[in-house]
Amino acid sequence: MEGRKRSNLRLLSLAGGLFPVVAVVAALLVGAIMLLILGADPIEGFGAMIQGAFGGVRQLSDTAAKSVPLLLVGVGITIAFRANVINIGGEGQIIFGALFATGFALLFPSLPGWLLLPGVLIAGFVGGAFWGAIPGALKAYFNVNEILSTIMLNIVAVQVMNFLLQGPWMDPGEIERGSRIPQTTRLAQQADLPLLIKNSRLNIGLLIAVVAAVLVYIFLWRMTEGFRIRAVGFNPHASRYAGMHVQNRVVLALTLSGALCGLAGAILVFGSEAHRFVTDGSATGFTGSAGFNGIVAALFGGLHPLGTIPASFLFGALLVGANKLQRTVQVPGALIVALNGLIVVFVVSSAIWKRRLSQRIQLLASRADEPRNGP
Amino acid sequence: MSEFFTAAALVTTIGAGIRYATSYLYAAIGETFGQRSGVLNLGVDGIMLLGAFSAYYVALKTGDLWLALLMAAVVGLFMGLAMAFASVTLQAEQGISGIGFYLFGLGMSDLLFQKLVGTPLPISGFPEVHIPWLSDLPVVGELLFSHSLLVYGAFLLVPIGTYVLNHTTIGLKIRSAGENPAAVDTLGVSVARVRYGTVMFGSMLAGIGGAALTTELGIFQQNLTAGQGFIAVALVYFGAWRPVGVMYGALLYGLVTSIVSQLKTLEIIPRSVSDLASMLPALITILALVIAVQRERQPAALTKPYERGG
Repeated sequence: MEGRKRSNLRLLSLAGGLFPVVAVVAALLVGAIMLLILGADPIEGFGAMIQGAFGGVRQLSDTAAKSVPLLLVGVGITIAFRANVINIGGEGQIIFGALFATGFALLFPSLPGWLLLPGVLIAGFVGGAFWGAIPGALKAYFNVNEILSTIMLNIVAVQVMNFLLQGPWMDPGEIERGSRIPQTTRLAQQADLPLLIKNSRLNIGLLIAVVAAVLVYIFLWRMTEGFRIRAVGFNPHASRYAGMHVQNRVVLALTLSGALCGLAGAILVFGSEAHRFVTDGSATGFTGSAGFNGIVAALFGGLHPLGTIPASFLFGALLVGANKLQRTVQVPGALIVALNGLIVVFVVSSAIWKRRLSQRIQLLASRADEPRNGP
Repeated sequence: MSEFFTAAALVTTIGAGIRYATSYLYAAIGETFGQRSGVLNLGVDGIMLLGAFSAYYVALKTGDLWLALLMAAVVGLFMGLAMAFASVTLQAEQGISGIGFYLFGLGMSDLLFQKLVGTPLPISGFPEVHIPWLSDLPVVGELLFSHSLLVYGAFLLVPIGTYVLNHTTIGLKIRSAGENPAAVDTLGVSVARVRYGTVMFGSMLAGIGGAALTTELGIFQQNLTAGQGFIAVALVYFGAWRPVGVMYGALLYGLVTSIVSQLKTLEIIPRSVSDLASMLPALITILALVIAVQRERQPAALTKPYERGG
């Protein structure tokens, strides 16, 4: 009982505070040292990254476009974390969202745009929700650890994706040419996500993601059902005592979490420049590891939907800037993946000081409240 | 179908399955030790990748496979030290910090590979060791006794691991740290030291698992493990925290992989269907998890950091 209560606060103690900023600065310092070891000038390297991410309209729009899946996944992860559920199935949920959305477009290729476009987005939402509901139900009703089930479902999702993209859904042109790249044909044009800036990669996915973040904030902090999710995450025993159905809230949290990841998957397909579903046979080949990088953004955003907006923009910038790193100082962009990992480790490791700090404050407060019985 | 069921093809397939199981087995046995002591190391895949790259690099530059193996073990040990520092000393949330270590290993191994090697050159693997008399037995000889030392080592870990966990003082300390750390602490045994030990040992085995993978395939590439480390973590649950159970899980994955690839090479089933077949182990694992939680109980203190008086 006591241990259970503490472990809930453990996850929530990752929310908010200055520590994420310190963690990012520390990770960037490590990055600078690594650049030095690799024989590159860190100032030149980071300068190139800033230039590559913020240097002009083209760069800024690339950064914003890159941040869209991170924001949606990050907000989704936030819902799960607030219910004290760790969702690392983002990759699989993105893929399933993309599969449902692509399937919808292939099924109804001649629908008018005003029907098809919302259709594919809703299909993506539903696909991700489906893939998130499974680990939710497994946890709530069979007590299966959600970390493990989401990992396994990521693997299954990749296989389903490869099966469809190398089989029934494969671009006939790829079969003719014999190149056999696992990708669909170009999907219905009227489902292309409209661009916000001409000749850029930035589409209305950005607006959808920001609106989703605001809606999730309203849901979690201004609506009863959202309050219940947070209550269950904060203290399941008290919530049960208060008459809440804890299991159903866990399922709901993971379903919504998956739904937002699925929406990201639909946007990745219909907002891509190729306007098709393409992979290299791995999850990363399609998602660009957004399912994992979204966790980084969520942690940096203090597990708050609105905080995740600037956080995902920053991590979008890191990812876009990484390409420039390769061209300017010949250091592979994989450096940023490694640094993202360090940021996660630093953020969760520094939570101990935050917990200690709040414990001390509570202790001092309780001492101040005590009546003084001294002589 | 008939070509698949010839004795020779079957022996080849099962033999390959045993070799495929090796890297899973190293990583999963190592993870078993960590979890039995109460620490969930979710960064196994990243550690395997770093181990694989260091082994590949040393093998490429020196041609000395044993030095390569040693290097992978040392890298694994250091990653284990970092993981233990985060999860034991700093009490970091293990489900998330592990993802951090995974991303670090994924990025770092790719970075070093691109920077230091660039083009994927092949390396030679460990030679097969024929055990006199045993290797000459019909069928069984080729199936079980014609592998490299690395394969024998992995399967030897199963009885050794079982013995250490169940019949030694160290094993008792490990199991108690995972079930009731406060009791261990009362007896004057440092919970932290036990957990540092198991996490570092487990990570060392993960590094060796990576080395086993890269020497078996003879190459390195970005994301070589393709999630094997995550499967290894699941195999520990699959095997109900017992080395023998873990071995069955590893063999299941290894055999399905080799059967699918054999069917693919013989063009018995189309490529796309083989993708569907490849998800069988993952589905079986999920099913096993559902059944296992009803029957088995995970170490009571798993993922819970220990704090005195807490």
